[in-house]
Amino acid sequence: MAKTFTHHFNTALFNGTVAVNTGLFINGQWLNSLNGDVIVVINPADGETLTEVAAGNAADIDLAVQAAKRAFKTVWGLKTPGHERGRLLCKLADLIEKNHDSIAAIEALDAGKHFNDVRRIDVQNSIYLFRYYAGWADKNHGKTIETSGAKFAYTRHEPIGVVGLISPWNYPLVLACGKLAPALAAGNTVVLKPPEVTPLSALMLAALVKEAGFPDGVVNIVTGYGSTAGQALIAHHDVGKISFTGSTPVGRKIMETSAKTNLKRLTLELGGKNAVIIFDDADLEQALKWTVMGVFGQVCAASSRVFVQEGIYDAFMERFVAAVNSMRLGDGFRADVDQGPVVSQEHLDRVLNYIESGKREGARLVTGGTRAGGSGFFIKPTIFTDVRPEMKIVRDEIFGPVGVVAKFKTEEEAIEFANDTFYGLTGYFFTQDLNRAIRVSNALEVGSVYVNSTLFNAPQVPFGGFKQSGQGKELGEHALETFTQVKAVHINLGVKL
Amino acid sequence: MPSVYTHKFDTPVFKGAVEIPTGIFIDGKWRDGSDGELIDVINPATGKVITQVSAGTKKDVDEAVVAAQRAFDTVWGLNCPGYERGKLLYRLAELLEKHQDEFAAVEALDNGKTFSWAKKADVTMSIGTFRYYAGWADKIQGNTIETSKDKIVYTTHEPLGVVGQIIPWNFPLMMLSWKLGPALAAGNTIILKPSEFTPLTALLAAKLTQEAGFPPGVVNIINGYGSTVGNAISHHMHIEKVAFTGSTIVGRKVLEAAAKTNLKETSLELGGKSPNIIFDDCDIEQAIDWTIHGIFWNHGQACCAGSRIFVHAKIYDKFLALFTERTKEIKVGDPFGNDTYQGPQVSQQQYDRIMEFIDSGKQQGAKVVAGGERWGTEGYFIKPTIFTETKNTMRIVQEEIFGPVGVVIKFDDDEDVVRQANDTVYGLAAAMFTKNIDRALKCSQALRAGTTWINCANQLHPQVPFGGYKQSGIGRELGQYALEHYTAVKAVHINLGHTP
Repeated sequence: MAKTFTHHFNTALFNGTVAVNTGLFINGQWLNSLNGDVIVVINPADGETLTEVAAGNAADIDLAVQAAKRAFKTVWGLKTPGHERGRLLCKLADLIEKNHDSIAAIEALDAGKHFNDVRRIDVQNSIYLFRYYAGWADKNHGKTIETSGAKFAYTRHEPIGVVGLISPWNYPLVLACGKLAPALAAGNTVVLKPPEVTPLSALMLAALVKEAGFPDGVVNIVTGYGSTAGQALIAHHDVGKISFTGSTPVGRKIMETSAKTNLKRLTLELGGKNAVIIFDDADLEQALKWTVMGVFGQVCAASSRVFVQEGIYDAFMERFVAAVNSMRLGDGFRADVDQGPVVSQEHLDRVLNYIESGKREGARLVTGGTRAGGSGFFIKPTIFTDVRPEMKIVRDEIFGPVGVVAKFKTEEEAIEFANDTFYGLTGYFFTQDLNRAIRVSNALEVGSVYVNSTLFNAPQVPFGGFKQSGQGKELGEHALETFTQVKAVHINLGVKL
Repeated sequence: MPSVYTHKFDTPVFKGAVEIPTGIFIDGKWRDGSDGELIDVINPATGKVITQVSAGTKKDVDEAVVAAQRAFDTVWGLNCPGYERGKLLYRLAELLEKHQDEFAAVEALDNGKTFSWAKKADVTMSIGTFRYYAGWADKIQGNTIETSKDKIVYTTHEPLGVVGQIIPWNFPLMMLSWKLGPALAAGNTIILKPSEFTPLTALLAAKLTQEAGFPPGVVNIINGYGSTVGNAISHHMHIEKVAFTGSTIVGRKVLEAAAKTNLKETSLELGGKSPNIIFDDCDIEQAIDWTIHGIFWNHGQACCAGSRIFVHAKIYDKFLALFTERTKEIKVGDPFGNDTYQGPQVSQQQYDRIMEFIDSGKQQGAKVVAGGERWGTEGYFIKPTIFTETKNTMRIVQEEIFGPVGVVIKFDDDEDVVRQANDTVYGLAAAMFTKNIDRALKCSQALRAGTTWINCANQLHPQVPFGGYKQSGIGRELGQYALEHYTAVKAVHINLGHTP
């Protein structure tokens, strides 16, 4: 019943026709939303409308949750053995791999990301994630635990049941896959609400889920707005857990809703205002390259506060500004582009407001600071120096191409600056000294520390913030724990009353 | 140049031609053994020669170790990320699944087990085992360990290097998968000797590893005799570990060789004389069906076979009557026949050995209630055999027969039957049948065996460890536990401030 969006790509990097079903994917079928609501999907590179997709509301979410609940009780959960769940996850990885370029193209189009980056990073990691968790599906071990001869005690690692997944618009496909894979591996059934601003890759994924052979109802994908579909999912009494990636303010609301409803478990991957510290013994060339890569961008892990030791500050800044000034803006399907648009008009306005606040509060604008011409949502990569810790551009997560740079004297000072935030997602620093590498890693109050790189993750290694950057971990073995509940079984063998 | 043997199958359950390389496989290449010797491969259903395959020598093993070490130092080990090692193992599983019928047919031809069992058990489990270990390849994790604030300490679980693997003839392909899976997942390179009695599926598997894309030198397969190739492996100074599955007698020799040479880590999967205890509150129908599976599956050629069957006095007569009746109904015959359950024993040697045990049972005064003699006139077929009225001292009660021969023993004391069950140098497996929760759990705990089966028997899963207590072996295969035997633990201490 639901319509198909067909797009013909004719670009320097990709040619071809890709079709995406725009309905809600519930219980293995494509449906319009019950009240016919739709979301308009915009191309951020030129502001034009691409298509409309169904917008689910509370009633649609309820349908999806009921389908997921039925599937959990009958054909999924521990009724399907782990190795079989793993086999299906592998199959899905294979199908993504087979449709590699089409998915990359749709994602790049929808989110304004660069096609080559999406192919190399987003799609590859999505495949990797499904294969990685396929391997865990039959290895979620409990323990047998000795207490006394009168008891046989063991734990079972059981799936929770129906879980709600809410994925963000900055890495729509891969961050959805990062939730789907461990949730399914552990035996849960799923209702995924993709981001309203960038829903298309999730809809493509839905078609592959069906083709892979997952039983109906195991994976349900309901596009919709956060305030309606998202809220309905978060408040639903039959959903045992929410895994959310997004902003800290919304994360707060989710926690409040959970408290008011069924105390559902939460994994929250929230914001960050991450520091990158460049010590004077760093390999300067490498530090520069990694910083340029990490500082700008709609990434929770962006290294948006740059701290440079005073001895190398001038040398670093000169090269940093030169590198930033040479960045080319453009749409994601041209070869000679370093940065694409921000995702939407709303977000563009938000980022520009932050830039204005920086100017107003007296920071020094070194480069960028304005919208770039044209109808797309482009902002020039922007650097502020002479910043003070209380400035909004230093405290708040901007989530756009804006970096702030400050000088530091000593290691202790750098650590203090870096930790001076209620966020705690990632920390980066550059040094060649072994002891410093370990000391600073120990001292940074963040969930992930990276020495001599930025934004260099691996699916096997857990990721998740300290402090108000979130709760719980994604990736690695840890993610399984968050989608599992532990049941302890005590069998009495000897105590008679 | 080594040849390829093409076998044309034209049977009720499988038709088709399968090409099998007959050389030794070293460093990604096929060749003859260094002294040109050949070994006959016999079809145990007929006693006739199927083909000949190359026999490897000590010199071949030495060359293989050089190639395996080179591969380990350059393109394998931790040079190849776990994710990539896993991908190759998944590919191997896929290819095996694609060719499952061919592998089942060749296994049935070479070993004598039926095509249907080879397909649904051996090949299916092999595929599952490769998939299972593919999943572990990038999940081999060490620990970070708190000691003091002036130190960072962590462990890494590293591959050992070149490992040697010697596998038996009873489940040739399946045993190969149990060995290759964890070894490759952990990043080791391999020298594997199939059994000289049943080399064919190993040779086909070598071809598949090539097709899957394992770099040359990572998997080396050398057919040959235990006294030459096996001996060379167990004595080699640069093979870091040996894994052997076979008889306890030979297992002892492998361990001695390690002791005399480089103290290589040794894991052994040896013999068994596993008890199967049928309590009076069991589901009798189920107990009988599982008991049959326990002793007659694979023609009794299973290390974990439930060969000592203890039946409670209260149900003894009923059990024995039904067990005997169903045993006599077992269809013995052509491995490629439509309804065959049991094919021939694997070789003349094994046939003679089993018949000798059967004679000894008769001579020592035990009673034959089923079988006890040859089946047919050609090939190595033995009728499924049941002895009763045995004494504990009889050879058929004490020693591993490794054939379709079970002994049934009456008991009436729960504690004493556990004592009897444990009264053996072996400790591979044990099965029991009861509906009572206390009895099931307490008895399971009391049995000194590496696997206890409650209300089932001979059930294996890639996820679950398998291995022996006592003289049934050292170490565990399958499950996460197998990985421990293919990794070495390194502790790393980084000092941040201590002075000596």
